[in-house]
Amino acid sequence: MASLTETIRTPSSLGRLSTYLYTRPRLLLLLLLVPPLLWLGIIYLGSLFSLLLQSFFQLDDFTGQVVMKPTIGNYLRLFSATNLSIILRTAGMAAVVTVISAMIAFPLAYYMARYADKRMKALFYVAVMLPLWSNYLVRVYAWKLILAKEGAIHWIFNQLGLGGFLDWILSLPVIEGSSLSTSYLGTMITFVYIWLPYMILPVQAALERVPRSLVEASSDLGAKPGETFRKVILPLAIPGVAAGSIFTFSLTLGDYIIPQLIGSSRPFIGQAVYQFQGTSGDIPMAAAFAMVPIAIMAVYLAIAKRLGAFDAL
Amino acid sequence: MSNARSSIAVTFQSVSRHYGAVKAVDNVSFEILDGEFFAMLGPSGSGKTTCLRLIAGFEHPTSGSISVHGRSMVGVPPYDRDVNTVFQDYALFPHMTVAENVAYGLMIKKVPGAERKRRAEEALEMVALAGFGNRKPSQLSGGQRQRVALARALVNRPSVLLLDEPLGALDLKLREQMQVELKAIQRQVGITFIYVTHDQGEALSMSDRIAVFNQGRIEQMAPPSELYERPKTAFVAGFVGVSNLLNGDFAARLTGESGACSIRPEKIHVEPAGNGVPRSHADRAMSTAGTVKSVLYLGAGSRYEVALANGGDLTVMLQNRDSSYLPNQGESVLLWWNAKDLMRFQG
Repeated sequence: MASLTETIRTPSSLGRLSTYLYTRPRLLLLLLLVPPLLWLGIIYLGSLFSLLLQSFFQLDDFTGQVVMKPTIGNYLRLFSATNLSIILRTAGMAAVVTVISAMIAFPLAYYMARYADKRMKALFYVAVMLPLWSNYLVRVYAWKLILAKEGAIHWIFNQLGLGGFLDWILSLPVIEGSSLSTSYLGTMITFVYIWLPYMILPVQAALERVPRSLVEASSDLGAKPGETFRKVILPLAIPGVAAGSIFTFSLTLGDYIIPQLIGSSRPFIGQAVYQFQGTSGDIPMAAAFAMVPIAIMAVYLAIAKRLGAFDAL
Repeated sequence: MSNARSSIAVTFQSVSRHYGAVKAVDNVSFEILDGEFFAMLGPSGSGKTTCLRLIAGFEHPTSGSISVHGRSMVGVPPYDRDVNTVFQDYALFPHMTVAENVAYGLMIKKVPGAERKRRAEEALEMVALAGFGNRKPSQLSGGQRQRVALARALVNRPSVLLLDEPLGALDLKLREQMQVELKAIQRQVGITFIYVTHDQGEALSMSDRIAVFNQGRIEQMAPPSELYERPKTAFVAGFVGVSNLLNGDFAARLTGESGACSIRPEKIHVEPAGNGVPRSHADRAMSTAGTVKSVLYLGAGSRYEVALANGGDLTVMLQNRDSSYLPNQGESVLLWWNAKDLMRFQG
């Protein structure tokens, strides 16, 4: 009995602290949340806010100084023919990359979620993630070589006697380029390669959350496999596709390295931002350009929500 | 003749389902009658759920054949079978409303919209959920989801309804209420219900017949009262209700005969030590002396563990009536029972 009271009376200071916090869960929560909230509030949102602020200033063409007088001049300049074509080019590429990624990712994710056994699934996970472990620049340069006129893909097409077919594709409007590495098609292939893991993983997670019993119930109620897929599996996987598309779409919108290294050398939004803040030192215009992907993403999410992409969440 | 054939809803002919070396269902043959409330009872892993899944078509027999209303189910996929299932986890489609869930089977069969709507509403009415059609499954309680699952299956008017532990996730009160309702609905629609459960109370209270499964085989198939009063094997006696299993020497000392047998705790009578077996029963009774080791108060009754003078324990159930003799712990007592209540096993 004596030893019992003794142990209760002499808690360590650490023990006292944990008891103090245990009895005040709100204080504990506050302590845990303050660092990430500071990070998020100051570094994330703060920089975004300063970006927004900058975009309303203007560069004085004569002095090269930023004039801190609010104006929407930069935003009006976004609608000039050159800038508008940059925006449309980037958004179009992002849309195509997203659709192609979804089409490639879905069957893979479906297999991983519903058919692969444990070992096979682990193998696929590694295969999907492996490219992310190596340097992004290295992989882009590798694709530049693969897609080049002297590269592997052109070579394979030529060996198969399909060189003419490839040239025909490359001569199509919009794609037009002398080789894959200098056409939009090459840009798209590289984008899809780089962002595909970000589409596969959320789709796979969404498909895995569809209980087997739902599929069985659908078939029990008379639905053939195709109907079960359309009426049950696909609607429940849509939030995953939406999540993946947010990644592929926004990452493509913001990237400035791939279109610079591979493709028609016509600028994308990222390159425009880079050029305005670097070469011409027009930080306000760069800031205005940087707001474009944010605006596009906001519209994109609003449409996705309206279409019910998140209803099954 | 054709009448006799159509009165059988489901036939299992030497059906086995093996997973590698595991014999989930091991050479099982039985028939389920049309309009019957048939329970498949057993511990987990006994093969009862596999049997249900074999009827639904989610699994296929390794050997043997199954027919539903005389039609062989070999190679028939679930969507071509005239049976519907109520799943253990209900398996309601989360992206559809309750009404869409219930009408799913009709939509697949391309029943016209107006009739589809009417029948879905009728089905919801039958399970006392009229007016819930526009809700999502996530907005319903467990008991309500269970009813939606039932309505979704019944709306298709299947010839056989399969229920896979449908009440397992509900709390006790709701479970008892649903037992009564399920039985009433089954009488109303007249469809064969095949009901899988590990709860012997549920099986006893609802079923016309029960098949007790153990290790992939059927131990006994009988109406509830017969199963309880005349279990064929020690397993059935132990699984259905509580039993005192008597083996070997212990059985021989108590009954004068070797061979396993059992006695239900509520069939054992208790008298104060020194009293004899009541004269009216004396010629047909067996008796033994013992000491009350423990008393477990259960409300309506109490459960006594009695250590016998010549070794071994017996469990005794007594109703807590004012007029009955209710011994205390440590008291010496005389136990007796009618010889006919002793249940002897075959083999």
